[in-house]
Amino acid sequence: MPEYHLLPDAAAVSATAYDYLWWYEVGIAAIMTALIFAGVFYFAIRYRRRSEADAPPMIEGSRFLEITWSVIPFLVMLTFFFWGAALYFRSQSPPPDAMNVYVVAKQWMWKVQYPNGVREINELHVPVGRPVKLTMASEDVIHSFFVPAFRLKRDVVPGRYNQMWFTATKPGRYHLFCAEYCGTEHSGMIGWVTVMEPKDFQNWLVSGGGEGSMASQGQKLFQQYGCSTCHLFDEQGRCPNLKGMYGSRVLLSDGRTVVADEAYIRESILDPNAKIVAGFSRDIMPTFQGVLNEEQVLELTEYIKSLAETHGGIFTDVQTGPTAGGGRGGSIANAGQGSLDTRGTSMTNQPPRPEANAQAQDATQPPAPLATSAGTGGKR
Amino acid sequence: MSTERREVTPINYLNATTGWKSWLFTTDHKRIAVLYLISITVFFILGGIFASLMRLELTTPQGDMFSSDTYNKLFTMHGVVMIFFFLIPSIPATLGNFLIPMMVGARDLAFPKVNLLSWYLYIAGGIFALAAILAGGVDTGWTFYTPYSTTYSNAYVMPAVVGVFIAGFSSILTGLNFIVTVHKMRAPGMTWGRLPLFVWSMYATSLIQVLGTPVIAITLALVGLERVFHVGIFDPAIGGDPILFQHMFWFYSHPAVYIMILPGMGVISEVVGCFSRKRPFGYSFIAGSSLAIAVLGFLVWGHHMFVTGQSMYASMVFSMLSFLVAVPSAIKVFNWTATMYKGSVSYNTPMLYAFGFIGLFTIGGLTGLMLATLAVDVHVTRTYFVVAHFHYVMVGGMVMAYLGGLHFWWPKITGRMYPEIWARIAAAITFVGFNLTFGPQFLLGYMGMVRRYHSYAPEFQPLNVLSSAGASILAVGYAIPFVYFLWSLTKGEKAPSNPWGAKGLEWETASPPPTFNFDHTPVVTEPAYAYAKEEEVHVG
Amino acid sequence: MADQAVPMEQHSPFLQHHFDDLDQQLDSSTLGMWVFLLTEIMFFGGMFGAYTIYRSMYPEAFASTSRHMIPWLGGINTAVLICSSLTMALAVRSAQIGKRNLIRIFLIATMIFGIAFIGVKFTEYYLHWKDHLVPWAGFQYPEAPQFFRQAQILFCFYFFMTGFHALHMFVGLGLLTWLLIKNERITFGPTYYNPVEITGLYWHFVDIVWIFLFPLLYLIGAHS
Repeated sequence: MPEYHLLPDAAAVSATAYDYLWWYEVGIAAIMTALIFAGVFYFAIRYRRRSEADAPPMIEGSRFLEITWSVIPFLVMLTFFFWGAALYFRSQSPPPDAMNVYVVAKQWMWKVQYPNGVREINELHVPVGRPVKLTMASEDVIHSFFVPAFRLKRDVVPGRYNQMWFTATKPGRYHLFCAEYCGTEHSGMIGWVTVMEPKDFQNWLVSGGGEGSMASQGQKLFQQYGCSTCHLFDEQGRCPNLKGMYGSRVLLSDGRTVVADEAYIRESILDPNAKIVAGFSRDIMPTFQGVLNEEQVLELTEYIKSLAETHGGIFTDVQTGPTAGGGRGGSIANAGQGSLDTRGTSMTNQPPRPEANAQAQDATQPPAPLATSAGTGGKR
Repeated sequence: MSTERREVTPINYLNATTGWKSWLFTTDHKRIAVLYLISITVFFILGGIFASLMRLELTTPQGDMFSSDTYNKLFTMHGVVMIFFFLIPSIPATLGNFLIPMMVGARDLAFPKVNLLSWYLYIAGGIFALAAILAGGVDTGWTFYTPYSTTYSNAYVMPAVVGVFIAGFSSILTGLNFIVTVHKMRAPGMTWGRLPLFVWSMYATSLIQVLGTPVIAITLALVGLERVFHVGIFDPAIGGDPILFQHMFWFYSHPAVYIMILPGMGVISEVVGCFSRKRPFGYSFIAGSSLAIAVLGFLVWGHHMFVTGQSMYASMVFSMLSFLVAVPSAIKVFNWTATMYKGSVSYNTPMLYAFGFIGLFTIGGLTGLMLATLAVDVHVTRTYFVVAHFHYVMVGGMVMAYLGGLHFWWPKITGRMYPEIWARIAAAITFVGFNLTFGPQFLLGYMGMVRRYHSYAPEFQPLNVLSSAGASILAVGYAIPFVYFLWSLTKGEKAPSNPWGAKGLEWETASPPPTFNFDHTPVVTEPAYAYAKEEEVHVG
Repeated sequence: MADQAVPMEQHSPFLQHHFDDLDQQLDSSTLGMWVFLLTEIMFFGGMFGAYTIYRSMYPEAFASTSRHMIPWLGGINTAVLICSSLTMALAVRSAQIGKRNLIRIFLIATMIFGIAFIGVKFTEYYLHWKDHLVPWAGFQYPEAPQFFRQAQILFCFYFFMTGFHALHMFVGLGLLTWLLIKNERITFGPTYYNPVEITGLYWHFVDIVWIFLFPLLYLIGAHS
């Protein structure tokens, strides 16, 4: 006989916070229900028909009552709204130092991948006390990642990334369910979330191994599909250099500025013409829609995230092994062009350094896109 | 010359003409209402069979009774049949069709032939839905989410979508008919302020039907197009946006749930007034709240999408508006309760159903507030909590109101009384069975049991068994009226024109009414619900 | 509650018996048509809304596809429809003053314009089909392969929106035919011209939908 809990475990910060709001609302609802039931019951008995000759008074109404019993319940509802909105807002705002884990949903399984390359199916291991951010993609239909013990769920929608973050608080094994109907084995698309003490988690993560970190897999794809010829080594300014790009603000050709986050990277790979960096041309990068699957895009994303400011040197292998926030890549040769960002989190505001093997500045090369300058469409 | 009958039955709409052609080609709103009554009962039974099979399966955690595909088809078809072919037409097409002309003092609806067309469209849509079911079923969920429904499902999506599309036009035309009737066909002296509250509710419902249904029509048409031609409207693999489908779908389907409750609220207003022998408290607020619900109901669809990844700020707006739309509903509940104050309350069957409605709708509505709360919804959406919420409002609310209304107006429609004792017993059984079925599901949702699950985690079993047990009791509660209503058609006591002593134009004519409702056009000289002739008392 | 008999003198041959008098009947049918047109606005509106969303999602793809529209053909159609609305309004006027011949002439003129519209539209469809731009009949987009998917979606909406509009034109032609026949059988006049009037309402609505379609699909943001 399985252990029977009447109420679910609360295994995350979000869950304990949730339960206060939940029981508050249950309490208010119970009180309101009791009041109505009591009212109906009482009136029905107190004013029951004594005879057919009963002649009740014609009471029209009472504006005072109408206003009172509209306003007071509405004020109570406002407490529901604000409390709920505050918790929701918090649950949508992952802290910047959250540990990244990647989830790919497909009919009918959950594929979980850690930046260091560890993979699991239908299982997620997380440490206690550390914020974890899940970046989730679907290979086919809409799914939904639901952990009742965390009181959280998030749809996993094909064609985009959705993210969900939490901080687990209680070691244990908790249900993972797919919560959006996705076809035949929807009720079989379940698994377990295991919360471990930080030390145990580190041990587990290291021993998992795998064929190399996500970033190193991504690096292989980057070379295999020819991305590096343009995005790292290009000497004709056909495409933006990607080092240090992740997290920076990018000026687009239509004047908008966007943050280069995971969703931006994914879109740039699958639909390159959707956003063109200012100063570059459209219709040059081919689309990889249908060529790369969601997992490969995530690996490339991890790799691109790892590209940092170079300090000279040759392109080196990315380190494998357990790392805190995903593998940090080795140094990459500066391809002689201006870098893609000015206010990137990993970059200081240095001018691009000419390398020994860089070409002389070509007068017709496109200018570096500077997010700070207003309207620098002009050439340097 | 002696006759075989001891009394001569007066000519009424039922016996005025005979033969199947006089029924299938009728333009009499009352006969059309009866045609609808029969057809929606058939669909209710079908939907109920699907539900029973589901609840049987769910008594055990493993999926051992049906294959996964079959179960998926069961819950889909349960939803499609119950929503589009039972609930949405239920009160409007039966009680609405029957009563609105009489309540406003007219001889028929504004467009009697369009009314008949509505019924044929409903039947045509129903045939497509039945074809989908018989051919092998649909398995997309009644919500038809993409890209599953457009690209991945191997089931008979097209006939189901076509069936719903056609039935939608039935709904639109009924709404159109009601709106024009209420505007243009009121008898002399029947001002807007004297209309029965049932008419106000039906008017608000008709507004929603007319404005909302075309959007689901176009959405389903796009789904059909996509499914046949694979052009990529909703499939992200070829450039489409699956969330756009959800926006378009819920833009109709949320107002649709108000189509599925407002008519019930109208019935309750009539029943509570009659069996308290008092004018409903706060008439103008009840009438106005119906319109408010209709309008606000169009603005809240995003609360079905809080976890899809839509903008946080959009979610906040939808949450706030969802709280707003709860206020008019709460107003109604308070007003009905206040109606009994200093009234003369009798416990006839319609009133028992009204009590049930008030209690169960309150619970359903309050749990709706919980779902409108952003953070709370994140946990309980897509679980049995939502299933319990909407069954409380749709079954504990609307179906109870429908049964209450059927009992209330049964004498008028058929000229016969139903057996009161059996009716009260059935009402009580229904109330108990309903709560046992759906009450545990609130807890199951909080515990984390996901909806549309064929098999589930073993710790959820005890509550599921309780729920299935309740379902069997509820089935009994529904079966009993079915039996005695049929029995009453030939064996029931003959009904006088006003068995309840109720106020309203429909009670001033015979039971059953003559074909043209009134012998002469009524002229209205007193306010609605003029139960007492004393001076009106304004309190507060 | 006092009763009152229906006065006998208001018994026009056109009065349907569930109405008290002809005014009520005419008011009702006019309101009914307006409410129906409201539902049509929601129907087309849903399509327009979805189209607008995709167009704003894929502005370059739209710019590319808009080159395939033929604005002058669309312009001819606009002129044709506006003229047809004029003749329809004149038909209503003729019915009001009870001139059977004029009604006949203007109804036929409206139908001729309507048929011309459909002819032009189908010519456009044929040209698009020859260019392999019909999504469910061998869609090709060699000039800009990176836009293949989006172009297919946008053309899908183009055919869907104009196709539904054309379907409403066909229904309108059917209504006009029915009116033509009815005109021979009964006498329209100042007391009874309602069928012509509400058909006119329907026809004007279909015209107005085109007035929105034409700029949206052919003119705004189009690149030559």
